[in-house]
Amino acid sequence: MNIPSSIWTLLIGIVLTLTSLWYGQNHGLLPTAASDEATLVDGLFDTMMTIGTGLFVLVQGILIYAAFKFRRRQGDNTDAPPVFGNIPLEILWTAIPAIIVIGLSIYSFDVYNEIGGFDPHSAHEAPIAGQAMKMPGAAIAATLNDTPPSTEPNANQIKSDEAMSDPATASVRNSDQIPQKRDAPGMGIVSPGIGASPGNEGKVPGLAVNVTGLQYAWIFTYPDTGVVASELHVPAGKEVKLDMTANDVIHAFWVPELRLKQDVIPGRQSEIRFTPKILGEYKVICAELCGPYHGAMNTKFIVETPENFDKWMQEQQVATKGNLEQAIALNAADRSPAEFLSPYTAQMGIQPETLHQLHHQ
Amino acid sequence: MTQAQIQRSANLSILEAEPGERKWRDYFTFNTDHKVIAIQYLVTTFIFYCIGGVMADMVRTELKTPEVDFVSREVYNSLFTLHATIMIFLWIVPAGAGFANFLIPLMIGAKDMAFPRLNAVAFWMIPPGGILLISSLVLGDAADAGWTSYPPLSLVTGQLGEGIWIISVLLLGTSSILGAINFLVTLLKMRTPGMSTTQMPLFCWAMLATSALTLVSTPVLAGALILLSFDLFAGTAFFNPTGGGDPVVYQHMFWFYSHPAVYIMILPFFGIISEVIPVHSRKPIFGYKAIAYSSLAISFLGLIVWAHHMFTSGIPGWLRMFFMITTMIIAVPTGIKVFSWLGTMWGGKIRLNSAMLFAIGFVSLFVIGGISGVMLAAVPFDIHVHDTYFVVAHLHYVLFGGSVFGIYAGIYHWYPKMTGRMMNEFWGKVHFALMYVGMNLCFLPMHKLGLMGMNRRIAEYDAKFATLNFVCTMGAYLLAISTVPFIINAIWSWMYGPKAGNNPWEALTLEWMTSSPPAIENFAGFPVLATGPYDYGMDRPKSEVDVPLADEREPALAAGPKSALRADPDPNVAANPEDRK
Repeated sequence: MNIPSSIWTLLIGIVLTLTSLWYGQNHGLLPTAASDEATLVDGLFDTMMTIGTGLFVLVQGILIYAAFKFRRRQGDNTDAPPVFGNIPLEILWTAIPAIIVIGLSIYSFDVYNEIGGFDPHSAHEAPIAGQAMKMPGAAIAATLNDTPPSTEPNANQIKSDEAMSDPATASVRNSDQIPQKRDAPGMGIVSPGIGASPGNEGKVPGLAVNVTGLQYAWIFTYPDTGVVASELHVPAGKEVKLDMTANDVIHAFWVPELRLKQDVIPGRQSEIRFTPKILGEYKVICAELCGPYHGAMNTKFIVETPENFDKWMQEQQVATKGNLEQAIALNAADRSPAEFLSPYTAQMGIQPETLHQLHHQ
Repeated sequence: MTQAQIQRSANLSILEAEPGERKWRDYFTFNTDHKVIAIQYLVTTFIFYCIGGVMADMVRTELKTPEVDFVSREVYNSLFTLHATIMIFLWIVPAGAGFANFLIPLMIGAKDMAFPRLNAVAFWMIPPGGILLISSLVLGDAADAGWTSYPPLSLVTGQLGEGIWIISVLLLGTSSILGAINFLVTLLKMRTPGMSTTQMPLFCWAMLATSALTLVSTPVLAGALILLSFDLFAGTAFFNPTGGGDPVVYQHMFWFYSHPAVYIMILPFFGIISEVIPVHSRKPIFGYKAIAYSSLAISFLGLIVWAHHMFTSGIPGWLRMFFMITTMIIAVPTGIKVFSWLGTMWGGKIRLNSAMLFAIGFVSLFVIGGISGVMLAAVPFDIHVHDTYFVVAHLHYVLFGGSVFGIYAGIYHWYPKMTGRMMNEFWGKVHFALMYVGMNLCFLPMHKLGLMGMNRRIAEYDAKFATLNFVCTMGAYLLAISTVPFIINAIWSWMYGPKAGNNPWEALTLEWMTSSPPAIENFAGFPVLATGPYDYGMDRPKSEVDVPLADEREPALAAGPKSALRADPDPNVAANPEDRK
């Protein structure tokens, strides 16, 4: 029996769709999704994998089929029938990718909004908008000179000042060497990262942690308690806000299980927020090349129950108390880099000699 | 009479009877013949490819195990920095210029490039640039801040190595600007009388788009590097945060060139694939205009996508969305090309020789790189995989699976024209098989590595990634081995290969209408277009075929440059028959 080609096409189409749908959901390529945000990102990735698998199988299938089916037979030196184009077909294969990418853009936009991508932007546009309202006359006629000098600090400065006035951070932030940017116009120097998700906008986060990246360690300070730690402990279920900056070169804060990454840039403040939900021990990885020991710059990221977290915090407070006094008594500038870094490098197994060499290269 | 015979008989009068003879010394001189310069480009860049490849294999050897056990961390960083710089600035970009040098004048029926001496100058900037770069490794202080050279890291690592890197990249960038000027003027001003832009082969369209992109974007890189060198040597603080500078400004300037650079690296090879597939499928290219205009679209869109490299650097939400959308839109013109190539192959009589295999391999691998490229454009997902092995996999599928396979397709296809001899097909196929397997073995597992949490540019990694990394390293070794049959084949065939004749593939574009290798000024007169560049399988009545024979055009050509006849495209010959009168 001869099966018409349209039925073959239909059958192949159905098999292709089912295969793509199945693989898109069962690829097993991503690690645990430890936060609500991560689950949203995974949904987007699964969709892209579904479409990608379909396209991949389609194109490779056509290539292999054509290479076998249409190969030149021995002794046949004639040309194939000329087909110069087919306008409806060309419109179709322009339209389909266009629709796919528009759809993916909308979906990505939605996920980005849900995970809080738009929040930091609104945060520091507000002061500028407020100022514009106060300007006399039409905004169009205004020049830069017409702008009255404002004594009000803008959002950049507020954030910068907050971070700078935190006594716990003072010992590890080298603000005298790398000035934190202030009064930046427009988008500002508070590097937008991932902010509060729409449901949490305007709310105070459950836990705020200041993060400092330096060659080759992460330092986490908990401003509410003054605890300084080399591991990031967070309680499950609470929204966490990280305010980050770097001391020397660009680092990038990345926890694969959170699907979150944000560059930590000297001279800038950047912020990310997330709500961890699955208990466990993960890794904070530096994702931006920061020097020879870049590969060793990682530490633990621990999501624990609120009770365990409180317990840990209390232990740290006791332990830090002594250290903090010491830290205040000893100005970081008076110490050599090796001395200064020794508590952090010892943990990573880096020899003080190596550090010394690095510093003097 | 086949279309190739029609084209040949129309051009008999301009055929150089004797193939061009050159001495080996010509290739070591400041020669201004575009074909000599093309070979100089291709051979020199291939040598740099081998050096960059050795560095890549050293990097992979280090990554065979999770520990740091092969080279020191500093040397490791220098190796991947130089590997990337060499592959980009000394192999793929100038190899594209090499093909353009050889093909553009021949394809448009010109005697040479518009500015032959400038052409030679552009080439002769490359060897010193390359030697300088590699010498820094020998001096023991090579740049080790990555090929992106982001400050402040590039400002705190060794000054000497970084300085050499900047000078070297400036030299190579200048070379590509000079090349681009030459290609543009040649393409726009030196086409044979009667050839309109829509009768140009698609490689010429691709080079038109590439050159325009080079001219707009490369100076910005030069600007960024000069400012960086001020920070490095003069103590200024454009990008140095300790003086109040902003490192993110450097990233904007750097990527304003370096994203378009990936199109500078792939567009010429899109052009090559558009030439190779119709010849060996014995079918006209499917959708000539769609492919030609999609090159221009990619060129334009390529200029407005750079910030997708900075989604995690801290740019405002709306800006991330803008760059996400522009990046995704590039998938449309690229998709048009891929489907057009498939359409060309469909129903053809495909000769599965080495050139065609590499072209098919190009499409197959490029599609994987393209799909992961669209994924990377999606901001929430990019935030997860940015700076991981997923990106390493993506860029190698595009630039190795794409560009390098494209280069090989081009070499196997035009080797008979360049040297007058055929390459050995068996070893060509062995080369392809080894490379295709090695490529996938090396780069496919990297997708999973990146997704699971392996960041890039690290010498040591989590032990859970050891197995996949071992597979990648084996793939890299296979890739190195795959080069051996090619090198032997290319050298042996040049000396002893069977004579190729003028047109071994029965192709229709003008470069096949002259002797192999072409004589010094290519053609004895002006070539004429008796057929379109892709008229395979056309069965036209004889009366129509005979119209544009060379002798009938002589009066028009003799009428001088101001004659209207000279400028008018031949209405009988257009790439798309629907446009023909």
